[in-house]
Amino acid sequence: MSEITPERVAYLAQLARIALTPDEIETLTGELGAIVDAVATVQQVATPDVPATSHPIPLTGGMRPDVPGVTLTTEQALAGAPDHDGSRFRVTAILGEEQ
Amino acid sequence: MARAELMDFDTALELFEPVLGFEVHVELSTKTKMFSDAPNPAFSANEVTDANTAITPVCLGLPGSLPVVNEQAVRYSISLGLALGCQIAPMSRFARKNYFYPDLAKNYQISQYDEPIAFEGTLEVELEDGTLVQVPIERAHMEEDAGKLTHVGGSTGRIQGAESSLVDYNRAGVPLVEIVTKPIVGAEHRAPELARAYVSTIRDIVRALGISEARMERGNLRCDANVSLRPRGEQKLGIRTETKNVNSLRSVERAVRYEIQRQAAILAKGGTITQETRHWHEDTGTTSPGRPKSDADDYRYFPEPDLLPVVPSPALIDELRDALPEPPAARRRRLKEEWGFTDLEFRDVVNSGLLVEVADTVAAGASPQQARKWWTGEIARIANAQDAEPGSLISASDVAAVVELVESGALTDRLARQVVEGVIAGEGTPAEVVAARGLQVVSDDGALIAAVDAALAEQPDVLEKIRDGKVQAAGAVIGAVMKAMGGKADAARVRELVLERAQA
Repeated sequence: MSEITPERVAYLAQLARIALTPDEIETLTGELGAIVDAVATVQQVATPDVPATSHPIPLTGGMRPDVPGVTLTTEQALAGAPDHDGSRFRVTAILGEEQ
Repeated sequence: MARAELMDFDTALELFEPVLGFEVHVELSTKTKMFSDAPNPAFSANEVTDANTAITPVCLGLPGSLPVVNEQAVRYSISLGLALGCQIAPMSRFARKNYFYPDLAKNYQISQYDEPIAFEGTLEVELEDGTLVQVPIERAHMEEDAGKLTHVGGSTGRIQGAESSLVDYNRAGVPLVEIVTKPIVGAEHRAPELARAYVSTIRDIVRALGISEARMERGNLRCDANVSLRPRGEQKLGIRTETKNVNSLRSVERAVRYEIQRQAAILAKGGTITQETRHWHEDTGTTSPGRPKSDADDYRYFPEPDLLPVVPSPALIDELRDALPEPPAARRRRLKEEWGFTDLEFRDVVNSGLLVEVADTVAAGASPQQARKWWTGEIARIANAQDAEPGSLISASDVAAVVELVESGALTDRLARQVVEGVIAGEGTPAEVVAARGLQVVSDDGALIAAVDAALAEQPDVLEKIRDGKVQAAGAVIGAVMKAMGGKADAARVRELVLERAQA
């Protein structure tokens, strides 16, 4: 049975900074619940001798050498910014602090 | 809390047992960033100065950009893990730490969560009097640094009252290793000292490994200090605070001491400690509340889908283990013995943070005592006056060259100080400064004898005294000769000549 409750959906929405209406929370509770239940059926197949993986293929590596490449110009970097001071992005003052 | 309200440190220690924990962030000095080939500002040769110039689409989290792990950063991280006595994970993984703050453009930081690259270590830390403390290391994991925010519109540049914030993403993506200790118990009244010694040891290690420039004032090495108190006899850990923004060794020590005294004052009155981050203020020597922090902070960690697991080969780990430098405490013991320093002399060097400089100067050919004398004396004095690090003012090889000039008799100590001054002022190498300023000692006996004869002739009474055997009277004549030579004479040789000519 799904662990997805309306409270949990509301909590996740708050963590993700998504404003949801009560109707949307109700709809998503059902939809997310169905997804989680579907994934849970896989757990029935998994036995203790099968290690958990986060990827279907055991790929590793894929690193790059420590060699500098091409950088953006400041103009390019700021091109998509809603606001800037010519060299830095300007954002609304955020209450809170770095994590 | 005003300092007057704090509990006296010794009383606090009588009532409570302090428990420490540290999170130290080390910026690696790779040429490029952790997941992007943008130049790494924490590698000073990259000379990154202007805002938003060392960035690629990966640093900005632009759509379609993908992170790729910097192999060198992984090697550095493994070396650091090994130096901390950690086990290296045969497979470790990156994870996304999701949070909303504009210091990272992606709304998440790539870090490591339940599969760090290094875990379960022990670091031997030496206190000032030589006491060794084993600090248990929980883990060391790889992650990326965040960008730099400047708050504008507020009265003090701090976030309170700010109207907007300006963001420079140059630092976003700089490779970091975060070293987390287990709770450290048993430090007792030496807890503040241990805090300083621990961070200092990490700094020595990363410098010896050559994996970070480790300049605390530049943020290459940052320490968050966790402090909690528990009543004597209590087993359960107390509620802790995490003090951030501690950017010098001295501050680490002061911040821990302050938190012990502050928490003790609250607990003794029956109050409770709020679990929170606190900010250290260098000017007032106090901490102030930051953000409430609970163990249940929900960052919705999940495995980073854009990156493959890191699987270092056993051969690589062996190679890096074999290349590890001597551990700092062992190195100090060896150097002290080799140099023949007294405890006091050696402690003076270590506590001034000049061990590397003195060692390099000895390696460049100077005698240990001379190297110590110059670094902890004249150079430290100038550095202090200029509010700079001694090592940034003059190179070890230049100091060794000055020592060589003094020992060969080409310079007196007084002239040598002028040469050091000139080198620090950017006038060139010691030899160039000597030439440009004309500081060579007058070793031509002819010129010295003429000056001695003239001085003796001017002071016939002194001449009489010397002839009567009152050798100490020669001082007046030696002084006159040194003055006449503009200080460019070897006083010992002048004395010899004065006594010789007086009898002539």
